[in-house]
Amino acid sequence: MIPGLKRLIPIVILLTVPVVGCHSLSKQNKAVTFWAMGQEGKHLETLLVKFARLHPEIPVKIQRIPWSSAHEKLLTAFAGQSTPDICQLGNTWIAEFESMGALTPLDSFVLGSPVVRSSNFFSGIWQTNVIHKKLYGIPWYVDTRVLFYRKDLLAKVGYRNPPTTWREWAEVSKRIKRASPPNEGNFANYFPLAHNNPYVPVILIMENEGRFLKKNKCYGAFEDPNTVKALQFYVDFFKNGWAPKNMSRVSNIYQGFQAGFFSMFISGPWDINEIRERVPSLRNKWGTAPMPKGKKSVSVAGGASLVIFKSSKRKSEAWKVIEFLSRSETQTDFFKLTRDLPAVRKAWSDSSILSDPQIRAFREQLETVQPTPKLAEWEQIASKMQEYLEKVIYGRMTLKQAVIDLDRDVDRILEKRRWLLSQNLLPE
Amino acid sequence: MKKTYQIAYIFLAPALLTLTVFFFLPVLAALGMSFTDFDIYSIGNLARTRFVFLQNYQHLLHDPLFWKSLLNTAYFVLVAGPLTIFVSLFTAMALQSSLLRFKSFFRLAFFLPVITNLVAIAVVWRYLYHPRFGLLNYILALFHCGPIDWLGNPHWAMPALILLATWKNFGYFMMIYIAGLQTIPGELYEASSLDGANWWRQQWHVTVPLLAPTTLLVTIMTVVGYLQFFAEPYIMTQGGPLNATLSVVLYLYDQGFRWWKMGYSASIAFVLFSVVFLAAVLQLYLGKRREAWG
Amino acid sequence: MIRNTAKSLLLHLCLFVAAAFTLIPFLWMLSASFMKNGEATLFPPHFVPTHISFQQYAILFHELNMGRYFLNSTILALGVTGGSLLVNAMAGFAFAKFTFPGKRPVFTLLLTSMIIPGQITMLPVFLLLNKLGLLNTYWGIILPGLASIFGIFLIRQYVSTIPDSLLEAAYMDGGSSFLIFWKIIMPLAKPVLITLALFTFMGTWNDFLWPLIVMTKDSMYTLPVGLAGLLGEHAQDTELMMAGSVITIIPIILIFLFLQKYYVQGILVGSIKE
Repeated sequence: MIPGLKRLIPIVILLTVPVVGCHSLSKQNKAVTFWAMGQEGKHLETLLVKFARLHPEIPVKIQRIPWSSAHEKLLTAFAGQSTPDICQLGNTWIAEFESMGALTPLDSFVLGSPVVRSSNFFSGIWQTNVIHKKLYGIPWYVDTRVLFYRKDLLAKVGYRNPPTTWREWAEVSKRIKRASPPNEGNFANYFPLAHNNPYVPVILIMENEGRFLKKNKCYGAFEDPNTVKALQFYVDFFKNGWAPKNMSRVSNIYQGFQAGFFSMFISGPWDINEIRERVPSLRNKWGTAPMPKGKKSVSVAGGASLVIFKSSKRKSEAWKVIEFLSRSETQTDFFKLTRDLPAVRKAWSDSSILSDPQIRAFREQLETVQPTPKLAEWEQIASKMQEYLEKVIYGRMTLKQAVIDLDRDVDRILEKRRWLLSQNLLPE
Repeated sequence: MKKTYQIAYIFLAPALLTLTVFFFLPVLAALGMSFTDFDIYSIGNLARTRFVFLQNYQHLLHDPLFWKSLLNTAYFVLVAGPLTIFVSLFTAMALQSSLLRFKSFFRLAFFLPVITNLVAIAVVWRYLYHPRFGLLNYILALFHCGPIDWLGNPHWAMPALILLATWKNFGYFMMIYIAGLQTIPGELYEASSLDGANWWRQQWHVTVPLLAPTTLLVTIMTVVGYLQFFAEPYIMTQGGPLNATLSVVLYLYDQGFRWWKMGYSASIAFVLFSVVFLAAVLQLYLGKRREAWG
Repeated sequence: MIRNTAKSLLLHLCLFVAAAFTLIPFLWMLSASFMKNGEATLFPPHFVPTHISFQQYAILFHELNMGRYFLNSTILALGVTGGSLLVNAMAGFAFAKFTFPGKRPVFTLLLTSMIIPGQITMLPVFLLLNKLGLLNTYWGIILPGLASIFGIFLIRQYVSTIPDSLLEAAYMDGGSSFLIFWKIIMPLAKPVLITLALFTFMGTWNDFLWPLIVMTKDSMYTLPVGLAGLLGEHAQDTELMMAGSVITIIPIILIFLFLQKYYVQGILVGSIKE
């Protein structure tokens, strides 16, 4: 044996053995892994203290994921077979993960459950979780988007109440813009232009009864006249200088809202808390209102559901956690922590929800919410739409051309779906 | 030397094995993947994959976004490259000056951006570029210019990233130039200063020609590196506004790891590789030709 | 004489302005990281915190997983550095001091592959690591990082300059190649090993794209990935992000200050043309 080689052997072994060793070790923890996003992740610990008392045998390990990269992270985790047991999933994503075969159907769990019954939940929201007649998620909280507005700034231009129709909305925007000093660069509204944040145009299309897709969701339908009209209305906000083109100018929307850089924006219930915490000086100066009406007042059926991944080894323990989170008293506690609106009807009777004036608009809006199309490619299609709208807003393209190009791109994105359907490789 | 070459193979084995498993085979696998439509549907079920041969590449040719990303990358390389080279050459010359004190301080100051992490840097720069509170616009305002919406304006976003990349990288090439300058014999300068040439003319007639080989190397390094421009737009602008900062690598990342169109993404990677390869070969060829012409 | 003084003044002035350009972002980062929430976004800008506050650092370590990210980055950087030193040194030694069939073609292949963009291999390596169950483990970063063509090249350049006579003498005494490698080559190549270690350590520490893809669990994030994640979630909290940045770059700056000499040498060796 060569003396030098002897010294090398342990090193080589050291380099190769732990590959196997450390991997098997990590499998031994018994905790239910739970991924949650943004502020829900922040407050989940507090919420689950009671659960730990009830079920000390089921430890729960929470991981927070930033919303901005949540979609990528989840897909990567799925491709890498490192998905958690339970996950908070935006209910627009459920179809996508279902089509990949990533989710566990929950019907059998619901059958035996004393807590989770479909009749306890808002039916429109429950339906967003049903795909091909199977249930894949339990609604956790509901949200939708409404108009946030500065009462004092609207009053300044003669509007005691928030705008209720598209026409009023445009009018009040015009007046605010006119009233602001020209070099201040103030705007009336703020709409995010980030490609992963397409909800404003989506809501406007719904309000105008426009279509996104046609023929069994196999082709784009953005050339639909109602859709084009809604998009025109949206684009005009930018063209008229009633909304800023550049996101970077509004690196902090709360400061912008406080400074009067814009007086109206469209967002979800989480921002009620954020505004209260970050800019307390605005107290009583702002309010929320249902979406101004197009053909009707509609908003998007948002919110998140709890899903169990197919690869989970602890499905029954995971279900216990979901059951706990679906109790009406837990839902009420959750609301107090996050201002996320309960998905369980009964929880709404709690006085803290009823008495909150800024929640009222959401309650009204929830009566008329619509889900976005349920298909795997939806995120990508919505992101494409934003991309083209941005071009129109910057004057690089007419809207007419944009929807033609958009439909062509959407058709291309859906080519795989058409093929899968034709080969019966997708259940539909 | 002993002629037992089997031992050489033992020494080579770990490195070649690693490179084969994690580099050479994956390159071939990626080539294969680029002929399929491997995507999100394929992950759960391989039956949902088709062999499409060159279709991905055909799509690329008709994909306006891909062309946009290629143009953006070319813009970045052609502006940031020469700028970086110029700044690094200039600072190297200044640091070599016999009049200079505090040499090591300056060297460290110029080198700090090179060794720090881009994500950390991006945090500060995003802020320096802020249209309302940013330091840059604050300085511009002192000169009664601006304000410029650096990252929010499609015309300024790329220049902003070019400025950032130059700031971050010039120190590295400056070091290489300093090494090159140290090989130039001092007599040459003495000879030319006896001829009455001033400092600028000396630099132009002595330094620049003698540094040609170094410049060739630096050029290849910047071009190959800058063609793979990714982290700056990913963190600072996400490719926006209006896709003005969408680079080829960012596009391939989006297609591959955001939408999981793995096959398509692989074809982008190969086109990128061809571009890098051609650029490197072309520069070597031009460099050789210049040498031949003397 | 006077002309020289004027020249020298001008030169120093220019360089100080340039140095200000490179240093101000760092000073601003440091200063803002000690500010309370919202102070950095005041207008006109505050350059110095009114009260030094460690609030941001406390948040990073208590509420956000910064300590864990730091640990991950350290483990990975050390692991990759240690492993790759050995692997690359062995290969570099073989290329420098042995003749064997296939030497030239293999070496040429390695040199030409240096220009293959790493992004090509990302997808297949990701799928491969997935098959091996190595995603979200340290090995997912360490194994692919064990061999680097640049490292092999660097070490080969240096080891070639070690005179053969030294090795011949050792062979005469009946030493094996392994003994020679360990007892003679490694100690003599210490400067280049330190250089390569430095390069690898910094490269791994600062790497962003690959850990972003391999590590999907929060508990496995490295500092840059964790920081980018915070940027997504806490974009509004400028001061917090600045503190995170400071923590990310301080170790690298310290290491560099101590080992500057070797780093510069590395650049020089690497830039000598074949």
